[in-house]
Order: sequence, then C-alpha cells, then structure tokens
Amino acid sequence: MPQDPIDAHMDIPGTTLFDGKMAMKGYALNKMCYAFNGADARAEYLQDPEAYFDKFGLNDEQKQACRNKNVLEMIAAGGNVYYLAKFAGIYKLNMQDIGAQQTGMTVDEFKEKLRSAGD
Amino acid sequence: MATIIGGITTSHIPAIGNAIAREQQNNPYWKDFFDGYRPVRDWLDKHKPDVAVVIYNDHGLGFFLDQMPTFAIGAAHEYRNEDEGWGIPTLPPFKGDAELSWHIIEGMVRDEFDITSCQELAVDHGFTVPMQLLWPELGLSMPPAIPISANTVQHPIPTMKRCLDFGKALGRAIRSYPKDIKVVVLGTGGLSHQLDGERAGHINPEFDKMCMEKIISDPEALTKISRHELIRQAGSQGSEFIMWMMMRGALGNVKALHQNYHIPISNTAAGTMIMESIDS
Repeated sequence: MPQDPIDAHMDIPGTTLFDGKMAMKGYALNKMCYAFNGADARAEYLQDPEAYFDKFGLNDEQKQACRNKNVLEMIAAGGNVYYLAKFAGIYKLNMQDIGAQQTGMTVDEFKEKLRSAGD
Repeated sequence: MATIIGGITTSHIPAIGNAIAREQQNNPYWKDFFDGYRPVRDWLDKHKPDVAVVIYNDHGLGFFLDQMPTFAIGAAHEYRNEDEGWGIPTLPPFKGDAELSWHIIEGMVRDEFDITSCQELAVDHGFTVPMQLLWPELGLSMPPAIPISANTVQHPIPTMKRCLDFGKALGRAIRSYPKDIKVVVLGTGGLSHQLDGERAGHINPEFDKMCMEKIISDPEALTKISRHELIRQAGSQGSEFIMWMMMRGALGNVKALHQNYHIPISNTAAGTMIMESIDS
C-alpha cells in the first residue's frame, strides 16, 4: 500500500520538513543544541566551540554551518529549528534576527513583512 | 462528575513571555494582543475552573529526538519550568493533579490511545506562556494543570483527524471522573507561522480565519486537511493547529464567546478564542 507522502520529502518552497531522513542526518547537531538548555553547557561551549563540536561528533558540514552561524546551512545539515533556537540564543539572536538572515532581509525589513501580513 | 466548561485557544510563543517579563503589555506593539485576553480572564474569573488541561507541544526541553512521544500526558504532582537555553528567568513549579492525570491516562488507553505517561516533565514556553496569559498572578488564583504534549517537532506528526479523535477520547475520560470538578481545556500554539527556511515569516490570514471559523462550526471538516496541506498553508510551525483540534474534540458542542485575531506577534499570527461547552 502506498504511504502518505508526508514520509517523503515534500516540495513546499523554502521549507525543509524535518522528517526521519533529516532527523538522522542532524542528530549530532541537534543533540549538541539540546544540551544548551543547560547554562553549564553553554559556558563550556563558549570556552572552546571546536572541542564542543567534537564532543558531540558533528561532521564537517555541521561544524562549518555553526562557525558561520548560518541558519540555512544548519538546516541543510539536519538542524531542527527548535534546537537551533538554543544555539541562536547563545549569540543573542532572536526569531526576527534568524528570519532576516534566512530571507536575506534586514531585521527591519523582515519585521515590516510580518506586520504587513495583517494589512 | 467532572464537567468541561469549555476551551481556550492561545498562542504560546516565547516572545509573549519576554513581553510579560518586561511589562510591555501596554506598549503599542503588544497592546491589541494582550487586550484580547481580558474577556478570557473575566470568563475564567466567573467560572473558576478547578483544573486546566493544557495541550501544547514541547519545543526541545521536555523531550529530545532520542525518545519522541507522539502524545504525552503529564502525571506529576508538579511541573518545573527550566531555562530553555536563553538565560531567561524561570518560573516557580506549576501544581499538577496526578489523580486526574492517571484517570485520563486510564481512559485514553482504554480508548486505544496508547499515550506516554510522564511522572517528571519539564514544561517549556508552550505550557508556561498560556498559564501566564490566563492567570497573570500565577500563584493562588491559578488552578492545578495537566500538560499534554503533541509532537510537532519531527515528522510524521499526527493527523488532524487523529488529533480531533484524541480530544474526543480526552473529553470522555475527563467527564467520567467521579469528582465534581470543573475543567477548562487549553489549545495552545498557532496560528500560521514559519520560523525556518527561506519561507520564514510566512503568515496566512485567510487560512487562519477559515480555521477559526470551522473549529467552532464544523471541526470534522478540518480533518480533511492533510498534514502537507496544513504546512503549505499555515507554515512549518502552523502545524501547531493540531493542538487546537485536540482541544476542540474534548469540548462537544460549543458556542464561541470571544475571538481575537492579531498579526503579528514576533513571527506569528495569534488567535485567541473562548469556546464554551453547551452539552457537558
């Protein structure tokens, strides 16, 4: 019996569905970000990010995406936005900052895009 | 026997918690959103529910991808809140009602919803922000709460139909509780928003308004929306609407007492509603 297409990667423009394939790909990266729930983990990371990447076994793509603090690259490397939000928090980036970065807008332009959705 | 007095829908994004912490309820950006809660608080003050069942999705505090329950029910005497990675102030623990939790768990499994029970569960903004919005003083006026978490973090997420059916079973379980208590059910999250990808910032007022209308008048019609279609229309995190379906299923027939739709708060379209049960 054919499966519901939710199990496959679906084509919604500008959208990566975090499914089993991505969950396997991004496990190490997401596990590191989940650790950032703890203040001690954040402090340990900031002391030596490269050592912290290795502690969780990040691959080169994931490490480089983190070094670049590039959310689209982190998503492509299997990152899930809920865990990435904890990584972003270390650098005091909020959801508007992240939205602007991903859409190539300034933060003010991104905020205006959101506001104008209600017009 | 227990009765369900009704349901309340509310956004639960962290930015609301930050605005509360900074006492920004009356600043121009936030005022229309927060004003939408006055009728909700008046209604709660009038009916004084004994327990709040809070349907939310964990966002990576209580659960990680190592073990990801599709539906999880809190069964603890209290639920602690933790720093979610942002260095924000944490709130005091929330009182639970473990006896009712286990009654619900028994009822759900008897109804063939094989849920995960949690005797410890750290609750994140998805749970705490609605509690802060509805009972701003927290403390004494706030009833004990039972958190129920649905997976919206990792696909496959449950279908709209499954979520409505979950709510129906939840309603049966609550109403079969022998104590004479009043229960309010919170459906949190939504409405349309997307945080990730080049489509970040996606908001869809037409779809949201249709959902707000149909969830009152014809929730069964919403079960025809596939998960793919829900995300295409409402955005990646718009999938949180499944928690509204879970709440709605528990309510039976309802009349809408209050609706407020507001764009935007942070990246999100917010829908605040009171649905009063008329047959429980």
